[in-house]
Amino acid sequence: MIPTRETMVVIITFSLLALVPVIASITDVPFYLDLGRRMMILAIGALSLNLIMGYGGMISFGHAVFVGIGAYVVGICAEHEVVSGFIQWPLALLACGIFAVIFGAISLRTRGVYFIMITLALAQMMYFLGVSLDRYGGDDGLPLAEPSYFSGLIDLSEKTSLYYLVFVLLLLCLWICKRLINSRFGMVIQGARSNEARMQAIGFPVFRYQLTAFVIAGVMAGLAGILLANHTEFVNPDMMHWTRSGDLIIMVLLGGMGSLAGPIVGALVFILLEEALSGVTEYWQLIFGPFLILVVLFARGGLLGFLEKRQSPKKTSEGGDD
Amino acid sequence: MTEALLKVENLRKRFGGVLATDNLSLAVQPGQIHAVIGPNGAGKTTMIAQLAGALDSDSGRILFDGEDITGLAPPARSRRGIARTFQITSIFHEFTALENVALAVQAHDGHSFRFWRAARDEARLVEPARAALETVGLVDRADITVRNLSHGEHRQLEIAMALATKPKLLLLDEPMAGMGAEESQKMVSILNGLKGDHTILLIEHDMDAVFALADQITVLVYGNAIASGAPDEIRANEEVRTAYLGEEGTAN
Ligand SMILES: Nc1ncnc2c1ncn2[C@@H]1O[C@H](COP(=O)(O)OP(=O)(O)OP(=O)(O)O)[C@@H](O)[C@H]1O
Ligand SMILES: [Mg+2]
Repeated sequence: MIPTRETMVVIITFSLLALVPVIASITDVPFYLDLGRRMMILAIGALSLNLIMGYGGMISFGHAVFVGIGAYVVGICAEHEVVSGFIQWPLALLACGIFAVIFGAISLRTRGVYFIMITLALAQMMYFLGVSLDRYGGDDGLPLAEPSYFSGLIDLSEKTSLYYLVFVLLLLCLWICKRLINSRFGMVIQGARSNEARMQAIGFPVFRYQLTAFVIAGVMAGLAGILLANHTEFVNPDMMHWTRSGDLIIMVLLGGMGSLAGPIVGALVFILLEEALSGVTEYWQLIFGPFLILVVLFARGGLLGFLEKRQSPKKTSEGGDD
Repeated sequence: MTEALLKVENLRKRFGGVLATDNLSLAVQPGQIHAVIGPNGAGKTTMIAQLAGALDSDSGRILFDGEDITGLAPPARSRRGIARTFQITSIFHEFTALENVALAVQAHDGHSFRFWRAARDEARLVEPARAALETVGLVDRADITVRNLSHGEHRQLEIAMALATKPKLLLLDEPMAGMGAEESQKMVSILNGLKGDHTILLIEHDMDAVFALADQITVLVYGNAIASGAPDEIRANEEVRTAYLGEEGTAN
């Protein structure tokens, strides 16, 4: 079978990412390692958002809240000298799952703009909760005394190890997403995005499936949060701020909503541009904004959609046959 | 007479100043094609939506298979064996025809909390879906994304999706809406093929089709059943002629 362009993009992207530590060590620029890690962590966040936004049609404007919750659980655990990753990580994922159930159950009562606003409001609520947590640094945040400890299995204070752990987890998340969207469950959430009235009419109680998708996405974003805390060795409320949620949405749109690898490409390009442009001018968003508008206007399916379209013109010509 | 499969008692639905369904009572016998005719705005689609659970009724009762289903949500009614089609085609535009129907099969094959195996590889979804497409004559279009199908094919797909849920009762809202003569003819023969095995509540403006298919006809005007009976009785009914058939002028 000839691989699709999307598969090619995935292979090339991951090959490059795998080489980043090598390049960083040859060029002696450890910053590349840092940059690559941040890209991949946010790619996990964007991948999880795409599950509900791209495939499920649930446009959450508060998705970063789960990144924040995941990070805070790690930070708070460390603060209380619970450093074992075997405790921290499951606890963080569980916390994200619980919050996702609650937030999902509330926000999925609504649709469209109301859904966007409620997810935004719930996330902002958590942001202000973070700000008010004086015990855990409040506004200033909480430094992580040491990274999650895995009993000698892997040393996360070793930056390259952390890098490859993130790399493997990103691949794992991509694989999970791929299985998920093609499964029965995935068909249900895509069907509900496409036509909810018809889903109801053929017998699907869609709410429970959408809620489950929301929780899966929340937990996956929580994983990104756990990694982010270990990456920055720091946790602060800003991780949950609505602008962070906005960044995730932009990554998804940029790479291609509803394509599997789109959010990964989107996250990579987003971070690269942010890095490159903010080096040129502090008003980098003045350049970034119009660029985004161009992508949205001229590449409806994001960067990946742009590639796919050019690859297979037959897809569109099929439409003319009747 | 046998026990009715569907019994509607004094159903009512008001939209602001409009009584869309006004004290409607109706009984559908098992195995029959029961046509509901009536002028535009008579409340036919509203009635279908009430029967399928998409619209709540203001008052009245709906009994299906001996059970009161008045308060049930659409998925629960679907599970009990009521399937509907939509007057304005309502399908999954991004999916292929086969995926559209397979999803309907899936809805009635246990729960869908199955996260790993690709649905398209599951014979127990794909095979019944193909069979349903076969029934409506769409099987050679199975792998085409449905936004690329014609209007007539969309109408056939609507029927296939409803059939795939293995319903006891089919609610068909103008299956021939917007069709040309040839396509309509095809649809009549599809529905004729379903006759006997399926109980159908058929809404249709095409009088040739109605009189060719129906065992029983109910005439709806302003949300109220003004007449109900065998096709010959309806054709002969003066009130119906003036209220509906006369103005349409298509009854033969
Ligand atoms: N959601 C709604 N809100 C307000 N009024 C409605 C609504 N749906 C239907 N109506 C009104 O109720 C009446 C019945 O409409 P309905 O669509 O059921 O008629 P119909 O018999 O299906 O007509 P047609 O033959 O044109 O399909 C009409 O007067 C319509 O304007
Ligand atoms: Mg109608």
